[in-house]
Amino acid sequence: MTAQDVKALRPLASTDGDPVFDEPWQAQALAMADSLVQNEMFGADAWADALGQALKLAAASGDADTQDTYYVCVLLTLEKLVANHSVIDQKAMIGKRKDWEEAYLSTPHGQPVRLK
Amino acid sequence: MPEYDAKKVTEIHQHLHSHLPSDSALRVKALESLLVDKGLIDPRTIDAWVEAYTEEIGPKRGAHVIARAWSDPNYKQWLMKDAPAAIDKLGYLGNATAHLKVVENTDSIHNLVVCTLCSCYPFSILGVAPAWYKAAAYRSRAVRDPRGVLAEFGVVIDDKIEVRVWDSTAELRYLVLPQRPAGSDDLSEGELAGLVTRNSMIGTDRDLTAKTGGIS
Repeated sequence: MTAQDVKALRPLASTDGDPVFDEPWQAQALAMADSLVQNEMFGADAWADALGQALKLAAASGDADTQDTYYVCVLLTLEKLVANHSVIDQKAMIGKRKDWEEAYLSTPHGQPVRLK
Repeated sequence: MPEYDAKKVTEIHQHLHSHLPSDSALRVKALESLLVDKGLIDPRTIDAWVEAYTEEIGPKRGAHVIARAWSDPNYKQWLMKDAPAAIDKLGYLGNATAHLKVVENTDSIHNLVVCTLCSCYPFSILGVAPAWYKAAAYRSRAVRDPRGVLAEFGVVIDDKIEVRVWDSTAELRYLVLPQRPAGSDDLSEGELAGLVTRNSMIGTDRDLTAKTGGIS
């Protein structure tokens, strides 16, 4: 059996009945984290330590033990490590988030949303 | 304002906001555009990753590795000694398998994998970790009460069987080699791969059968 045969078996999306991701942003956040580890912005161990810390804090704060909480921690960790290891700071993230929000609100439904 | 108008305004307001992505989604978009602008990530890489991990890369890869180990004693020996190289042979070497150890279940040993810190997992051969693997409940209890956790998965381990718990890290991840099911002697490698469940490769499943189970 070749790798190609395995690929052809069945789609992963039905594995164990769970969707792989609940929302697309979760996949994009993980993709960015993996990509930045590969690009050596930060190491896999630094990622694991920071994510572990975020999960510990979430649990201590009484956040629900859910997949959503997990991915919110992934996003927080990503923002923190990017701020620590690049020229992109918290202020730039907040500003760009606002730009995207305005772009969504000012774009008619059905039209592609783009930053001005 | 007449009641009708007030209702209409509310509807328009709700409609408008229903198209606004969540706070998390907006933050991810912001981060991605900043990283792309600075040349720190390639948007095509991100799109390709998302597509691969949503549609293609999953536990079927791990099942292929296990089926090969069951079918070929030399391959199994290699896999136990040098898992990254043996997995690379099947074309699956990924970043998360660069440091991977395979632990074998036997009649007297059951292996269970956890990441107590976060969610370290051999995702390039098992896909994205299931929700329960990332949950605090599993991460905190798998070491303390492995038999209790296994029982919740419907796996009751005889007292005579030793349960070994492996705590994954970013540097070293684990894959369980489950026991080949009885009555599977005549099955092809492809058919054997169909008997392997994702959970059996993490250790939250144990007794595979020649008739049921498998990754669907």
